[in-house]
Amino acid sequence: MELKPNEKLNIDNILKDIDKYRPRRRGWHWREGTGENRSIGKFEYYDTSQSLKSSQPLPAAKYFENIDPQPGPVITTEIASGRFEDDIRRMRMAAWHGADHIMVIRTAGQSHFESLIEGTPQGVGGIPISRKQVRAQRKALDFIEDEVGRPINYHSYVSGVAGPEIAVMFAEEGVNGAHQDPQYNVLYRNINMIRSFVDAAEAKKVMTWADIAQIDGAHNANATAREAWKVMPELMVQHAINSIFSVKIGMKKENVCLSTVPPTAPPAPCMRLDLPYAVALRELFDEYKMRAQMNTKYMESSTREATVTHVLNLLISQLTRADIQSTITPDEGRNVPWHIYNIEAVDTAKQAFSGMDGLGTMVEVKRDGKELADKVRELKERAILFMEEILEVGGYFNAVEQGFFVDSGNYPERNGDGIVRKIDGGVGEGTIFERDEDYMAPVTAHFGYNNVAQYDEGLIHDPSALIGGSTLEKPEKIIFIDELDENDNVNVRLEEVKELRTTSKIKPEMEWLGDGVVLTTLFLPTDERTAEFAAIEVGKKMGLEDVEVIHKEIMQEAEGTRVELKGKVTFNIDLDELVIPPKPKILTEEEIREDIENKPMKIVAATVGEDEHSVGLREIIDIKHGGIERFGIECHILGTSISIEKLVDAAIELNADAILTSTIISHDDIHYKNMKKLHELCIEKGIRDNIILIAGGTQVSNKLAAEAGMDAGFGRGTKGDHVATFLVEKRREMTNEN
Amino acid sequence: MKRTDDFQNRRKHLANLTEEELEQKFWELASNIVDPIVELAYKNTSPSIERSVLLRMGFSSIEAKTIVDGVIDRGLMGKGAGHLVYRLAKEKEMEIREVGLKLIEGEMWDDLVAIFKGGAY
Repeated sequence: MELKPNEKLNIDNILKDIDKYRPRRRGWHWREGTGENRSIGKFEYYDTSQSLKSSQPLPAAKYFENIDPQPGPVITTEIASGRFEDDIRRMRMAAWHGADHIMVIRTAGQSHFESLIEGTPQGVGGIPISRKQVRAQRKALDFIEDEVGRPINYHSYVSGVAGPEIAVMFAEEGVNGAHQDPQYNVLYRNINMIRSFVDAAEAKKVMTWADIAQIDGAHNANATAREAWKVMPELMVQHAINSIFSVKIGMKKENVCLSTVPPTAPPAPCMRLDLPYAVALRELFDEYKMRAQMNTKYMESSTREATVTHVLNLLISQLTRADIQSTITPDEGRNVPWHIYNIEAVDTAKQAFSGMDGLGTMVEVKRDGKELADKVRELKERAILFMEEILEVGGYFNAVEQGFFVDSGNYPERNGDGIVRKIDGGVGEGTIFERDEDYMAPVTAHFGYNNVAQYDEGLIHDPSALIGGSTLEKPEKIIFIDELDENDNVNVRLEEVKELRTTSKIKPEMEWLGDGVVLTTLFLPTDERTAEFAAIEVGKKMGLEDVEVIHKEIMQEAEGTRVELKGKVTFNIDLDELVIPPKPKILTEEEIREDIENKPMKIVAATVGEDEHSVGLREIIDIKHGGIERFGIECHILGTSISIEKLVDAAIELNADAILTSTIISHDDIHYKNMKKLHELCIEKGIRDNIILIAGGTQVSNKLAAEAGMDAGFGRGTKGDHVATFLVEKRREMTNEN
Repeated sequence: MKRTDDFQNRRKHLANLTEEELEQKFWELASNIVDPIVELAYKNTSPSIERSVLLRMGFSSIEAKTIVDGVIDRGLMGKGAGHLVYRLAKEKEMEIREVGLKLIEGEMWDDLVAIFKGGAY
């Protein structure tokens, strides 16, 4: 299946023959073409990677020949809508904006589920990671990566009490990246620590076979601790434990990625606090990869505030190192991320990196300056002391039991508020079994003691040969389960939105097709609490259902409050009944030039009434702005705040073909009143049939201008080409009529 | 436990180390912490590990769970669930999947216990 840029991705095609689909590759993919300079548009870039075949550039790219430079780091977006069929559409949008690491969040509660989940049940805050959903999403990404022209990494979680099974399923299904960190299970999911580490060894071995990049879970300590900036020594210890454990299981260091977050955020002086940590970490772990995550700890419901913090995080990435740049959607502080905010977050990373490209050639971190050097060393020493004490108390498990981890003290300071887990407690306690001397597992990528020799000494390094190959060598042995729940599956959900999928009806959405959710921003001239309840009434009167205030911000205690509310619309829009005015036609430059050469054209122009705003007029006329002068049209700009009478007199005197007026000021519809006056004066003077009247301005609509007697009105976004095209075509029309 | 920041006192033995020596020490300690855990993982197994072995042998997640639950009930986890299926298939000259499906039906468990009379019984 080939995707066409102007056609929607068809979920039916993805689900067709899904039982037979096999992934076409394995393993993680880093961006290509990094470490070399690259000419893109008019610029030379120092830190980019290969450009995409198809992509959606930043909004301002239109001023720069629509270039879309792709930064060096892999860019992550996390998707968590709970419906994989809707996630797939979001993945395509994110890929077009520059994401090549799609991380799919798991549904709440899956980590305590002993076994794989099958089918396509709906999730909460993520999807149940089942074989069918993983396969469908990987298959969709195959098409999407062909479309954008860059391999896309698909990622989810290998954790909980089914870690090894999930790892096997991921290896079989071509998943490219995964979170795997037994410490996460222990501290945040209360899974028994022995079970968690024993399982992790097997899971890591399988991930190693599949060349899956691993991301650890250390950053959660900083999202959990009361004062996040104080847990930096511990973060380094957690990274070290998972990293060295992984390497001892057999994972290569370049597949071990540290999930690291700048711990602090403004108004704290976060750069000065976070930079020493970033430097110390990258020095200690210089052979490992950095997955730079953005701060979530201090996120509130303001998307603007979150974005600024995240840009500062990106500055740290640029000044130090990020191999994978993760993005946090700016709405994460107020709801499960919406489509548009995944795109915003990806664009924030792309925009900031583009802007900071090559910054290192002019700006550098004062690594050996006293303050930074001292802080870096101090952090390293504190981490060492932390590990010394772990060994003193008898090792990692005892340390967890004594509440060493996620204590809010700046180690060796301890506040006694760490997370305490018992060696003989937690989910899955007592489920570890010692392997007997004749223990055996006839499969590939199995960690630990395995007495294959009792059956065949020659197969010690190839245990699966005992059974003629495991599923990793013989994927045809994989048993695919389609659906288990006849009420909770993708077919039922697709049927519910059939009208929106198969007819001309559409509906606004934020997460799921047809969810009807809209966002409205308003300012209410009252105090915060009153504003909140008033806003809900506003939403109701607008006809919204399930109205909810998702953000409020005081402008001034008495003067007013900014409120953002969400609600649902209940109606559909039928596109077949929609009247869409035709797109303005633009003649080619050659065509316009030829016309003017054959028959010269003259215009007079001015801003009329009491209006001094001449920028727009100059944009349309000036040769240096690509205005109509460049086609050879003779232009007479009379000036600003010119009276209608003077304008018409000048047109008569110069025998002009057209009058162009421009107005910004629109109070009391003064702009339309002036248009009407111009039209009437031209009639009075007997020139109306022989002159073209055009009005322009940011508040001008073609329809209303025409009603006021103009031949055309041009609003925001108009270029000289549009006006020249109209002038040439209108003159042809008038010549034919006369 | 609560403790004030005694960093200056504790760091005395680190004060004269170069930064390279500090980094070396950091990794030595990390390695010492995980060595016994790697050893533990080497010697032990779990229900999830055994289910993952059965997945790789061509069983579905549901089948794997049923078989491993049966293995735990009969105290045979120390042998390896995949091993049991493999051995039974070999002894009875049957296909791997055929044996697994019999076990799911509750059949052939006595044969297994007989073969591996050790078990935990």
